[in-house]
Amino acid sequence: MKILHHIGSYFLLIKRSLSRPEKASIIYRQTLKEIEKVGIDSFPIVVIVSLFVGAVITIQSNYNIENPILPKYLVGLTVRDSLLLEFSSTMVALILAGKVGSSIASELGMMRVTEQIDALEVMGINSAAYLILPKMIAAAFFFPILGLLSMIVGIIGGYLACILGNVIPPADYIYGIQYAFKPYYITYALTKVVFYAIIITSIASYLGYNVEGGAIEVGKASTKAVVQSSILILMINLVLTRLILQ
Amino acid sequence: MISVKGLYKSYNDNHVLNDVSVTFEQGKCNMIIGRSGSGKTVLLKSIVGLVKVDQGEIWYDDKNFTQMNEREQQSIRKKMGMLFQGAALFDSLTVEENVMFPLDMLTEQGGAEKLDRVNFCLERVKVTSSNKLFPSELSGGMKKRIAIARAIALNPQYLLCDEPNSGLDPETGIVIDNLIKELTQEFDMTTIINSHDMNSVLEIGDNVVFIYKGCKCWEGSGSEILKTDNEALNNFVFATNMARQIKRT
Repeated sequence: MKILHHIGSYFLLIKRSLSRPEKASIIYRQTLKEIEKVGIDSFPIVVIVSLFVGAVITIQSNYNIENPILPKYLVGLTVRDSLLLEFSSTMVALILAGKVGSSIASELGMMRVTEQIDALEVMGINSAAYLILPKMIAAAFFFPILGLLSMIVGIIGGYLACILGNVIPPADYIYGIQYAFKPYYITYALTKVVFYAIIITSIASYLGYNVEGGAIEVGKASTKAVVQSSILILMINLVLTRLILQ
Repeated sequence: MISVKGLYKSYNDNHVLNDVSVTFEQGKCNMIIGRSGSGKTVLLKSIVGLVKVDQGEIWYDDKNFTQMNEREQQSIRKKMGMLFQGAALFDSLTVEENVMFPLDMLTEQGGAEKLDRVNFCLERVKVTSSNKLFPSELSGGMKKRIAIARAIALNPQYLLCDEPNSGLDPETGIVIDNLIKELTQEFDMTTIINSHDMNSVLEIGDNVVFIYKGCKCWEGSGSEILKTDNEALNNFVFATNMARQIKRT
């Protein structure tokens, strides 16, 4: 019964967040601020993780297909497909669930326990629309950019592994990256990323917005936000993959 | 004027408010007093709609707040200013931005006009040259003053204060109390103050309501408190041995 209560409350909060805000210009300004917090501040972690994972996939792929019959360019193809189909969307989303999700849950949780959300309500302001809607818009808009960045940096990581680690000839790697390329993979990945962005921001917002108690509960909400959004991302990944890649 | 009629609120089997009826008059400092856990914060939060009551009515002048939908309640709330126990200033905004916030959100005023109003409110609470500071850089008393400035930014008809001088030294507490009293008279607001500080009650309480175990147990003026024979109220007011000795003499 408790889970049904939470599901109902979650959708009511989302409905309230999507209702007409007091002033569109304020929401626009808040969205720009959130783009910086949710998106631009996540650049370094996405770049670092993607660079190293791209290099590691290259080395591992070469290790696993060391067969004279198989052409070397398959390494590039494997790296590209791994990055495009799974890593740059789902794995990056899991990383962002940790960074962005916990940050949103603790920010809103602290606002709740220090009565800042109550202060908004007493002013006659729809606190859900003011606090949550800009986060959802910012993430839905900017996470795909982070996904694209991850793809590019991951491929560069693989290329650097080829040059610096002498894994395979760089020309073979580049040929593999281009071989049998389906642009649809990018559409598929970015579609998933938009869903993940909404999952991360809405779940974290729900848990932070409804915190009751003090600092310990804020910490718990933050942890729950990461765990629950990660699980949901993996479940939605399966559903979307089944639906889109039929 | 704010009226509360037959208010009931319970959490599971815990009856927090039991048939509370009281009228808070305009232009007066109406005080709700009571022990911790007596239900006074729930009463205040019910009045502003942050807590949904089980039964009863809340009237703002001639408008029944409990019968309104969310949008209508928001329109009433735009006429309220509230001072929270911990001030509830927005951490990410400066003093100036905090006071300007309701003007930004709820009015169509231009930048210069809003800034004038912010400076007027800050001067009114005797805070100057702190416009660019963040709440984390302010003392407890300063935070309360800024919160009052934010609460009066929109010229509210109703001012609600939840323990305005908790966490403050007695001297600063009295300064905040007097400020609330002055503003109430100056702007002819209906002010409700939730407190268990007897200094405040005696200093500024025009009308005092004593809540005991979720019920309205006593009502009268600040000066009448000292003469009452209500046992529960006497136990609350004269809680210390010293206070009891003073009462006997």
